[in-house]
Amino acid sequence: MSWVLVNGERVALNGEKSLLDVVRKAGIDLPTLCYHPELSVYGACRLCLVEVKGWGIVAACHTPPQEGMAIETNTGELRRLRKIALELILARHDRECTSCSRSGTCRLQELAERFQVHQPRFKNGANGQSHRGRSIDASGPALVRDPNKCILCGECVRICSEWQGIGVLSFSQRGSHMSVSTAFDLPISETECVNCGQCAAVCPTGALVVKSHIDHVWEALHDPEKIVCVQIAPAVRVSIGEEFGLPPGDSTIGRLSAALRRLGADHIFDTSLAADLTVLEETSEFLKRFDAGERLPLFTSCCPAWVKYAEQFYPEYLVNLSTCRSPQQMLGSLVKRYYSGELGVSPKQVVMISIMPCTAKKFEAQRPEFTTGGAPDVDFVITTQELADMIREQGLDYTALPEEPLDEPFAKPTGAGIIFGVTGGVSEAVLRRAYEVLASEPAHAVEFTEVRGFDGLRSCELSFGDRTLRLGVVHGLSNAAALLKEIQAGTVHYDMVEVMACPGGCVGGAGQPLTRGDGRVRRRRGAGLYQGDSEQEVRRAQENPAVTALYQRWLGEPGSAEAHDALHTAYTPRRGNRSGDDGACAEVSSAHTAD
Amino acid sequence: MPGATAVEMRELVDSILTRHKKAPSSLIPVLQDLQDELRYLPEDCLTMVAHGLGISPATAYGVATFYAQFSLEPRGKYIIKVCDGTACHVRGSSPLYQAICKRVKLENGKATSKNGLFTVETVACLGACVIAPVVVINDKAYGQMTPEAINLIIDELEKEDGRDQVCKTAS
Repeated sequence: MSWVLVNGERVALNGEKSLLDVVRKAGIDLPTLCYHPELSVYGACRLCLVEVKGWGIVAACHTPPQEGMAIETNTGELRRLRKIALELILARHDRECTSCSRSGTCRLQELAERFQVHQPRFKNGANGQSHRGRSIDASGPALVRDPNKCILCGECVRICSEWQGIGVLSFSQRGSHMSVSTAFDLPISETECVNCGQCAAVCPTGALVVKSHIDHVWEALHDPEKIVCVQIAPAVRVSIGEEFGLPPGDSTIGRLSAALRRLGADHIFDTSLAADLTVLEETSEFLKRFDAGERLPLFTSCCPAWVKYAEQFYPEYLVNLSTCRSPQQMLGSLVKRYYSGELGVSPKQVVMISIMPCTAKKFEAQRPEFTTGGAPDVDFVITTQELADMIREQGLDYTALPEEPLDEPFAKPTGAGIIFGVTGGVSEAVLRRAYEVLASEPAHAVEFTEVRGFDGLRSCELSFGDRTLRLGVVHGLSNAAALLKEIQAGTVHYDMVEVMACPGGCVGGAGQPLTRGDGRVRRRRGAGLYQGDSEQEVRRAQENPAVTALYQRWLGEPGSAEAHDALHTAYTPRRGNRSGDDGACAEVSSAHTAD
Repeated sequence: MPGATAVEMRELVDSILTRHKKAPSSLIPVLQDLQDELRYLPEDCLTMVAHGLGISPATAYGVATFYAQFSLEPRGKYIIKVCDGTACHVRGSSPLYQAICKRVKLENGKATSKNGLFTVETVACLGACVIAPVVVINDKAYGQMTPEAINLIIDELEKEDGRDQVCKTAS
């Protein structure tokens, strides 16, 4: 067996790509600022330096291990170099740590502390290096960019182009003038940003953060005139505990409910129940198209980042998008349209707040089509992290809270609604309904494990007599783009395609507690949702008595005119089409669509 | 073709892209061709190029701002490069530079004259130290320059441009 000597101890090699992997396997936490295990290697921060005997000092992240190498990870020279690298990074970094929203979760702060850079020798702003002069871009609905805190690690640049295939951010200028910027330094609201927020999730500092709406939510909660309804997305229950020391994947929906009630919420609803509704509406829509052979594949429309992406880059496929609103907007619409009436108040008196794993939901809630009586269906969206901040601000001990039920009529989802929060979940939930309709003999299949997992593209085929249903599942918009190209070329055929922008689906959303690229955390959250599903008495959306009651009370039946009004939407192309060759330059103008 | 209309710019971009087979790797040659035609890279054209090559506008912007050869600001018909290498510097390139800026009436901080005729910039060394101080205007080098001599040359260029304008109107 081949091995490497790390600080004199043998470490067996097992396909590790870099010395960094080997050293970390040996239990030594080499510092990095620009390294992300799921992105290409950049090698800019110079913190993972190691000394290889006979070679000298190299960056471990882009040096492949070789049989018999002897490496040292902490010599006097390495310590000196690491400290200088940190001091230089700090020289042009805005060091207002106490008032930075990433204080406590900032990797630069953590490393400066770990390597005792208490008196950096290089003055902030020395040699004309501005560290506070550049303007902060808060133009977008979900993200705030502060270039004064950027350390040029490029993680945001790489995740946007490699994982999402968009490339809103890039390095511009050169040398000491280099910065991360949008095209032409445009405000982010005027770019092709889909608000997925993955850039903020990977940013090691406070240069890219999620826009906070906490103050608006407190204001609503403290307003005695307002009736505050809160909805909790599926993926939030299996991740918020991490903020309070609980393991990822443990569902704390009962404690979430208890916390929200103590914050002052009047009605606490489960978005998963709206997801059950989505299953019925989307399956009804899908089966109509499947029978007629029209507008296939049907693309799911739950993910607002994907919807904006399709509107921008694949307008020719907008007719294929499901017209179903996302569960968040369905629930918002039902509350403002019907439930407020039953409470005897106007839609404007009700404040609908969403707790989401997602930053793009902030954008979705602001879309002008999602309003009732002049009031937005969802007033404010806060992320899992923002809610955790509010719980801390209130001074609650989350782990000590009792389990409390949610509120009717949106209290009890089925397992189908719960798995919406993980990639493949929407497909599986729809299959649980579609299978029942399409199978000739009564069939009660529940688990479709073919669509589970975390591969970029999964697919399955189900046969019903002489008909075959072909289903594809992708996460990551670059994976979606690759699939769309194949569909365009006619090399593959699908009847339905589920697209989620974030890695792992909503469990890997940018509003979730930070994972630092640790895919295991996402997997455990996903497993938590599947466990929640398996523990439900009812696992198929169509068998949810609460959903049946909603149709009886307000909507008639899936696909009815009333349901269409309340639960469906339409899409409009935004800007030019990058996908086609001929039309490439046709629709581009200097007028950028404002979000 | 400075002053091109939007339609002309689109046609120009399309023809350059076709010449380079729309290969993303040909971004730099495409930008060079574009700048040869327009004397600078307008934002709209950069966006068109990016979309045509299937890369993001931010990436194209990053490349265009990385290389000193590309300009995102309109540049003059005559690019005056004043050498400020060691030899030229000691032979008086600074007063020469000042004289040129004054002669073409550059406004504070701008590199291009208001009438769009001249862009003035300094370069580190042109490798012609024997004839220092050196000025290069477009592709022509002028050695042993003095403020008086360069003023005469600029006079000539202005006359030449006047003749060009007359020809243009006549045709």
